[in-house]
Amino acid sequence: MLIVFYVASAIAVLATIVAITRNHAVHALLYLIVSLLAIAVIFYVLGAPFLAALELIIYAGAIMVLFLFVVMMLNLGEHATEVETEWLKPGVWAFPSALATVLLGELTYVVVNTSAPSPVMHVITPKEIGMSLFGPYAIGVELASLLLMSGLVGAYHLGRRTSGEEERYGADTDRARVVSGSGIVRVGSDRTSHAA
Amino acid sequence: MYLAVALFALGLIGLLTRRNLIFTLLSVEVMLNASGLAFVAGSYRWGRPDGQIMFLFILAMAAAEVSVGLALLLQFHRRAPTLDSEVASEMRG
Repeated sequence: MLIVFYVASAIAVLATIVAITRNHAVHALLYLIVSLLAIAVIFYVLGAPFLAALELIIYAGAIMVLFLFVVMMLNLGEHATEVETEWLKPGVWAFPSALATVLLGELTYVVVNTSAPSPVMHVITPKEIGMSLFGPYAIGVELASLLLMSGLVGAYHLGRRTSGEEERYGADTDRARVVSGSGIVRVGSDRTSHAA
Repeated sequence: MYLAVALFALGLIGLLTRRNLIFTLLSVEVMLNASGLAFVAGSYRWGRPDGQIMFLFILAMAAAEVSVGLALLLQFHRRAPTLDSEVASEMRG
């Protein structure tokens, strides 16, 4: 288990370093997803399987998809075709695939050795989390719902198109696509808030 | 714990050095993740579920923060066709 932890943490640090030094936003997002996967493995090793699942679903699923939507929306233009051709070069996807393969190897290692007694001293089950969440931390749940509600309203207000913009950008098709696409972001942010 | 510190430092470096707004938001995500990892490590150390609940709250906060931040980013990109945060410091109104 210890070696699983160290390999996963090395992958997390490595992927994060690469992610913040990329020039291309989509590449950085993919490396960040690999880093999030590694952190989910670390959570599992640290006796928090419920949070590992949540990390995957909400962070790597919802939040990264939201980022990806915005990046794709902003990058529409003349770059699109050259990005597509550059996308398929092996140098681009080789390193993240290698990192993800190491994580897959760790997964199979854990699944194969599942009969071995785990060194985790206390696995915290979802039931325990729920009991504590709606017991002593009920006020925190209410505050989180308040925060998500205000985030929802704020995202709706900020993502809304203002009235003067259609005439200004009406001729530019790219721009019009961006403006009309803001509905997608709004729906996506709703979904994130509900999932959380 | 050292891993959490390292990830937080990386996020901070990213936040300070990158000028692209998307990368700034990404770095904030990395920092939130690192603090959540510190909470989970503490929860593992003492065998209590409280740290994991804190991570749940961090998750909810990150979701709200990202949706608002990305909406702001879209609005900014609509006003000025760039994502450079240097430009944003010169804007009025």
